Amino acid sequence: MAFLGHVLRQVSFSILIVTLGLCSSADQSFAQKTGGILKVYERDSPTHLSILEETTISVDFPAMPIFNNLVAFDPGVKQNTLQSIVPELADSWSWDSTSTSLTFKLHPGVKWHDGVPFTAADVKCTWDLLANKAKDKLRINAHASWWTNVDSVSTEGDLQATFHLKRRQPALLAFFAAGMAPVYPCHVSPAEMRQHPIGTGPFKFVEYKPNEVITLARNPDYWKPGKPYLDGIQYTVMPNRSTAILAFVSGQFDMTFPNEITIPLLGDIQKQVPSAICEITPTHDAPNVLISHKPPFDKPELRRAIALTIDRQAFIDTLGSGKGDIGTAMLPGPEGVWAMPKEMMEKLPGYNPDIAKNREEARALMRQLGYGPDHHLSVKLSAKNIPSNRDPGTLLIDQLKQIYIDAEMDLVETALWLPTLVRGNYVLGIELVGDALDDPDQTFYEDYSCGSAMNHAKYCNPKVDQMINEESMEADQQKRRQMTWAIDSQIQEDIGRPILWHERKATCWWPRVKGLNLFVNSQYNSWRMENVWLDR
Amino acid sequence: MLAYVVRRLGLMVLTLFGVSIAIFLLLRIMPGNIADILFDSAGMVDPADKAKIVSELGLDRSLPIQYAHWIGSMLRGDLGYSYLSEKPVIEEILPRIPITARLAGLALLFAVCTGVPLGVISAVKQNTWLDYILRLISLSGLSLPSFWLGLLILMAFVHYFGSIPIYERAPSSFGAMVAMLAVPAAAVGFRSSALIMRLTRSSMLEVLRQDYVRTARSKGVSERAVTFDHALRNAVLPVITTIGIETAFLFGGLIVTETVFNIPGVARFLVEAIRWRDYPMVQTLVMFIAVVVVVVNLLVDLAYMLIDPRIRYGE
Repeated sequence: MAFLGHVLRQVSFSILIVTLGLCSSADQSFAQKTGGILKVYERDSPTHLSILEETTISVDFPAMPIFNNLVAFDPGVKQNTLQSIVPELADSWSWDSTSTSLTFKLHPGVKWHDGVPFTAADVKCTWDLLANKAKDKLRINAHASWWTNVDSVSTEGDLQATFHLKRRQPALLAFFAAGMAPVYPCHVSPAEMRQHPIGTGPFKFVEYKPNEVITLARNPDYWKPGKPYLDGIQYTVMPNRSTAILAFVSGQFDMTFPNEITIPLLGDIQKQVPSAICEITPTHDAPNVLISHKPPFDKPELRRAIALTIDRQAFIDTLGSGKGDIGTAMLPGPEGVWAMPKEMMEKLPGYNPDIAKNREEARALMRQLGYGPDHHLSVKLSAKNIPSNRDPGTLLIDQLKQIYIDAEMDLVETALWLPTLVRGNYVLGIELVGDALDDPDQTFYEDYSCGSAMNHAKYCNPKVDQMINEESMEADQQKRRQMTWAIDSQIQEDIGRPILWHERKATCWWPRVKGLNLFVNSQYNSWRMENVWLDR
Repeated sequence: MLAYVVRRLGLMVLTLFGVSIAIFLLLRIMPGNIADILFDSAGMVDPADKAKIVSELGLDRSLPIQYAHWIGSMLRGDLGYSYLSEKPVIEEILPRIPITARLAGLALLFAVCTGVPLGVISAVKQNTWLDYILRLISLSGLSLPSFWLGLLILMAFVHYFGSIPIYERAPSSFGAMVAMLAVPAAAVGFRSSALIMRLTRSSMLEVLRQDYVRTARSKGVSERAVTFDHALRNAVLPVITTIGIETAFLFGGLIVTETVFNIPGVARFLVEAIRWRDYPMVQTLVMFIAVVVVVVNLLVDLAYMLIDPRIRYGE
């Protein structure tokens, strides 16, 4: 019954997003105007613009228009799924009979921004680089874990590249469509790509003045006829959010930085610019609790008690002004494709909406362990010293008090945060987990599999690893969905990394900006900008 | 005089040497290095990759060797490469110095042009309603935090003019530059102006009570001549010291103003470089600010001599 209800909700949501997509396509289909510079602000001064070496949207947002992928998520559809993948540099793709070789037939006549022809050799070079097989190395291979199943890449002529996999992985296609998986040129070194990226995309890199501006100009030789519509994009680096929002309100910027507007700020913007178009979407970032395995936290009862005391709605109400979602490892529905049904979720530890009952159970567990009103457990709660980690930490400390745990915040400077996590120098911690794709392969392999560099909770259950491998090889999407729910449930039962809530934030733009379509289940894939135009 | 200047230049070198050791050690005492932060930004760490970066940047060498390498290179005019942008430090810093210099210069001009005359008026009109108003303004200047004042100004601009005076692109002409920096310069100069105003007032009040001022008045000298020729010239010495200190402060302490008005100057860049532990960049910027401070101090001392003929150094 729960499954049926979930399917019905997914179907209704799919109808809604297809309708929105059609409306969006309709909007794009009439009288696009060419010209104009889109002015946006960049929240940070990125170290460089090499997407393959970064995981932050501060790089993805300004650099994505420079590049193309082999395939992309359909810019006219709101939700990223395997079904919404469309050709980009590859005109078509096909799996072999064993589903372990994926062949892309490439678009002819494509040129890099410096005039060199794009060929299958560039595809091989890019994935050799990602597999650390190339002569040149990336300074930081931030997405290496995405491609561990790629054994080799072979080419046939200039227009065909085949990826040979170690085992079946139908969802690998989604990784090729991710904004952070562009094709790099063979003839440009990774060091040069960090400072002067060369792509095949709709916009050419012009200049990057750190702390000042990133400028892109229209690629007049873009291989998609008639695109892009804009003459260029100017990303003004503006780390002060108050100034940036005032500049947007005054009309000096056409749009805000993606998912940067918190719900209270959104109210201010809508009051001052009633005509502004603002979309609230999931950020795909989820604050979560890291629990070490040091005594006494090696006791499953204590871990379970911590999960049971969490009041997720309180986090949403206090820190998200009521906007946010209760969810597990996968992005919650209706935007999230792989979210488990609510009825199933509410059976997991800490997800029952009756918080008082959960906490009573947690206190009973704590009493069994020898703690009680007269004997509290004192711990340090480590958090990176930035508001997005500090604020949920403060609220969590209050909730831990309900079960005889006195936590004291231990604020760690940014430079020391990752070393702290890697060395396991924490007892309890608050961390933000963000995913570039709404796909179980990305979420599970990256954040929950044994030994993954990004599995900061050091959660490891060989049985779950086995389940992840099986899910990853499953081609039937309905079966895969059931397997995903089972894995997600097991992770929550193991109290692997209790998710506090899934954030929602807004992106706003002036009505003069047309053709912009934000994906609802990933903030990283919407920024090619080739369909955007200005109606001034 | 010449001997004095030479002696001061020698002291400047010693001071800068001390600053170089202090900044070098302070940076290394700070927790973490650029490799930690680069990996933090990527959300993962590969120990082999990290060790490679640390080795490439020379951070695995001993501190004396790192220091000797830095100082040696600097003396040869090689400021090194930014760890972050991988470009020569000089290329990164040079375009920012004029921006900060212009902002600081305009702010100082605003501070002096308003602070000194208003301080004189306040002193001359002591305990009148005008004095009370000017004292209130100067108190406001000293007590309003500049980030708050800056944001208030921006909000007022949005409300009344529908645009805000922030830095978006390098101005194309001198006029455009002045127009763009005038508001931030006034915002940051307001505090300096208030300080100068209060100091000028108290200094003037002290001088106006001196016997020679009474003598001048009794001789029938005009009030204007008494105020400006007799009193102000003597009252201005401590004000010059303050102007010198403010000049040094304005060069390194514009971080809030540069952030609020989005000006890509030296101070904002320095803070970013510290955040990323970009040692060559931070060291060079701090040394640059130190040079500005010691040079301004020397100029202030020399200015005393020009203004007050009684002061003679090294005699």
